[in-house]
Amino acid sequence: MNEAAAPDNGFRTAWAAMLRTGHGAAVRPGVLNPLITRTAELLRRAALEHPFRPELAGQVGALLIDNHFTDPQLLSDAVQLIQSRSVPDGRGPALSGAFAAGWAAALRERTLREQEAIRLAADTARQEVERALRVSEARFRALFESAAIGIGLGDTDGNILAVNRALGEIFGGGPEDMQGVRVNDLMHPEDTPGVWEAYEELISGKREYFQFDKPYYRRDGEVVWTHLTVSLIRDDDGSPLYQVAMLEDVTDRYRLQERLRHQATHDPLTGLPNRAAFFERLERLFESPEPDARFGLCYVDLDGFKVVNDSLGHDMGDQLLSVVARRLESALSPLGHMVARLGGDEFVVLLENCRGEQEAVAAAKTVLAALTKPVVIGDHRLAVGASVGVLERRISSTTPGAAVRAADLTLYRAKEAGRGRWTLFDPKENARAVSRYAVSVRMPAALDRGEFFIDYQPMIDLGTGVMTGVEALVRWRDPQLGVLSPEEFVGVAEETGLIMPLGRWVLEQACGQAAEWVARFGDRAPRLSVNLAVRQARNAGLVGDIDRILRSTGLDPSMLQLEITESTVVGPEDEALKALHALVDMGVSLAVDDFGTGWSNLAYLRDLPVSNLKIAGSFVGDLHDPAKDTHLGWRIVSGLVSLAHTLGLSVTAEGVESRADAERLRLMGCDLAQGWHFGRPVRPAEIARRIAEGDPDRTAEIEPTTGPDGTERRRAPEGVRQLRRLARSSPPSRNPPRGPTATPEVRRPAPTSRPGAPVRPTRPRLPASTPAS
Amino acid sequence: MARPNWVPAGTDLDKPNAARVYDYYLGGSHNFEVDRQMARKAMELWPDLPKIMRANRAFLHRATQYVAAEGISRFLDIGSGIPTFGAVHEVAREYQPDARVVYIDLDPVAVAHSRLILADDDLCQIVDADLRNTDDLLARPEVEDLLAPGEPVAVILNAVMHFVTDDDEPEKILAKLREALPSGSALVLSHASLEGRPDQAGSHQDLYRATPTPLTMRSRERITSFFEGFDLVEPGVVYLPEWRPDEADAVDPHPERMTGMAGVGRLS
Repeated sequence: MNEAAAPDNGFRTAWAAMLRTGHGAAVRPGVLNPLITRTAELLRRAALEHPFRPELAGQVGALLIDNHFTDPQLLSDAVQLIQSRSVPDGRGPALSGAFAAGWAAALRERTLREQEAIRLAADTARQEVERALRVSEARFRALFESAAIGIGLGDTDGNILAVNRALGEIFGGGPEDMQGVRVNDLMHPEDTPGVWEAYEELISGKREYFQFDKPYYRRDGEVVWTHLTVSLIRDDDGSPLYQVAMLEDVTDRYRLQERLRHQATHDPLTGLPNRAAFFERLERLFESPEPDARFGLCYVDLDGFKVVNDSLGHDMGDQLLSVVARRLESALSPLGHMVARLGGDEFVVLLENCRGEQEAVAAAKTVLAALTKPVVIGDHRLAVGASVGVLERRISSTTPGAAVRAADLTLYRAKEAGRGRWTLFDPKENARAVSRYAVSVRMPAALDRGEFFIDYQPMIDLGTGVMTGVEALVRWRDPQLGVLSPEEFVGVAEETGLIMPLGRWVLEQACGQAAEWVARFGDRAPRLSVNLAVRQARNAGLVGDIDRILRSTGLDPSMLQLEITESTVVGPEDEALKALHALVDMGVSLAVDDFGTGWSNLAYLRDLPVSNLKIAGSFVGDLHDPAKDTHLGWRIVSGLVSLAHTLGLSVTAEGVESRADAERLRLMGCDLAQGWHFGRPVRPAEIARRIAEGDPDRTAEIEPTTGPDGTERRRAPEGVRQLRRLARSSPPSRNPPRGPTATPEVRRPAPTSRPGAPVRPTRPRLPASTPAS
Repeated sequence: MARPNWVPAGTDLDKPNAARVYDYYLGGSHNFEVDRQMARKAMELWPDLPKIMRANRAFLHRATQYVAAEGISRFLDIGSGIPTFGAVHEVAREYQPDARVVYIDLDPVAVAHSRLILADDDLCQIVDADLRNTDDLLARPEVEDLLAPGEPVAVILNAVMHFVTDDDEPEKILAKLREALPSGSALVLSHASLEGRPDQAGSHQDLYRATPTPLTMRSRERITSFFEGFDLVEPGVVYLPEWRPDEADAVDPHPERMTGMAGVGRLS
């Protein structure tokens, strides 16, 4: 045994070394050392014991595998080591073979076992996941199935794939009824604009979700309103895969809203759309009109409704209104027009897409025709009539507010013209009425904002043809109304009292301007004429104001003339008279403007400290009126000139429009003239230019005269002589004169313009003059 | 990153899995072809890999023995993977026969496999949890039970922190674990490092990019910083074979070729 022990020790050392290296490093010493001992012993027995039991070597191979020595390199090393050992009976190859077979068999078993284990683990894990998925799916299915909200799943082609019970119920059936339905089948005529565009964007992946209130038809044909949310589901690559729709039945809420909306937009008495609804419709019409789109409004007001209401009671009045509403509705709705009640006994008819004035007028006639027959209520037969203001415009030319106001104002013209009729909108009439309204609202701020400015109209010495004076005429450039002339706002200014600050401002500006001309042109500078409102003249502070203004501007008082009207002073003890005297004492001169248009009390004229009469433009205008006696007209003018001269006053003719008139006035002895012939009101710079150029245009037109015929000048016509007698013989009266002068601050309107004659608006008093007289 | 607990994890057998690839490196057959393909490719580029894995396994054994010998009988093995030979409970029980181990992994197959193996072991539990969802992990009943008595626990992060990317803030995860541990607890950590074989780091990380667990190899300094709050046990953070070798001559003359770094820390 000795001879065998020595080589065996060498083998054992080599065997142990082999197992310790490589993989053995990972095996704990506590495991590795017994393994080395055990396997070495088994190999020894296999090598030496009788009988030869090669399976012991096979056990070693299996033991190594059991201890994770699975590296094929180890097999190679081990076989070499076993082969290198000297063993009896030529057992070597059998020993190696048995070891290798044992190792391989165990490895095969181990591999299969581990593969089995890992597959089992994988299956278990997968089952676990599937179970979890099933639980999860069941949870979601329960959520889907029993959700109170309708849920539907569709593909991006619009095929509905699955819906829940709630959704089926919304549509009035079961989920199965939605089988084969396509999303596009669910259109509804009342769909909110944009809902289908949003849908297309969603299924094409351009948006993630959208929300709308959307109506659907139920299976029974009823309409169900839903709050719809549609979301897009994408696949892992981000491509659109499914759409999920969630629908909440909001029909009740919608109906309630509708009812509230109806209540909010309809008149409970007549059931007609109310004022709010009408304006909403009108404003929508104006939102984005076609360029040439037109519309019409008939503003209807019942004639004499108040009488019915007052005498027969409100019930009767209400019943009457209901009948009227029904008649209007049934007469006009078939024509496609909207009838609304604006309040009280006011109705309005809106014509969308109006084809022209004729259609609007036809609608107005239809309104009147509908109300021709008396309304029978109980025992009463009530004759109702109406007045209609008709407006027909291009939408782009106006605004809803302006249109309704214009129609309303037109209605009042119809009322004034005698009721039971329609009146068509007249831009001029409207402008007048509108500006009165707008002016009163806007004027206070306008002065602060510096929206007023002053033009100057030349006044020409007829004897020399030289511009010796200018009349200051105030203008207002409103940002919305445009440039307004004095007659459009001075009346309101007088009524509101704004004339005081405005008049003061005009005086300051004009005096400053006049002083500048004096500084620049010396004695060639024109005298300044400024209108003075009645109210200004009656203001206690007037004298002080003017004194201050003259001082501050440096204008010589003799360069200022104030124009007053005949009605400024109503009697010899009028307070205003004192002020006027004070002004004259100061050196300011006075002129009576528009002389001859009021009921002048010539007696006072004598007592007024005036030095100039301005003959109203209408006298000169009348000279060309074929309906008037031209000869007489000239005689009146001539008489006025004589009268003035008799009183020691100079005369200014206004409204001179032709060279012939100018020449005739000159021959008549008229001193000064103004009018289009001599120049319209212009900017101060233009006046300066004319001064600088010596006013050549006009001098050329007026022949320098050799001097007026004194006799002719002093001989007044018969009529004037009578007036003069009157003036001198009438004792001063304490009673205010009759007529318009009795209310001195309200100016009597000028004679109404004749048809075809140029519009010559009445000039309101002060601080302006008719712009183009 | 974190998925809600009620969504089951997928068992994607079409992708290589770090736990099964590791098993293959160690000569096991708990793996599928897809895992072996990846392992073969990696070994082609870096033939030392099986050795490194064995060195890592050996470190786990030595470290487990060390903490068990120090008296710790509770173990939390996070990222335990496929428990092949020498699982933590086996090693620990040589010193602590009643050692309790909670194994944690996020791979459902590894978890299922562990469950099959540990079915009869009342002192071992397996939990499917994600280390990156640390709060959830610590809140699992098995983990809470392990930590509850306040006895020292050895947390084992064996070759797992390199599957936590910087975006997942590894320091925060470690801080949370540390705060949950009773005093006297230990941290056993090994980590793929950029030291030793920086030439291999890039391509190796590339291979793991296709797996559910991308690999982030880190510097020794960074790995050492993971022990913040722990007292590092001698010899500190070293190459795998250098950590308390069984026999001095067992250390290869080129320990840096085993690029993993490892260390053990104690909580005072």
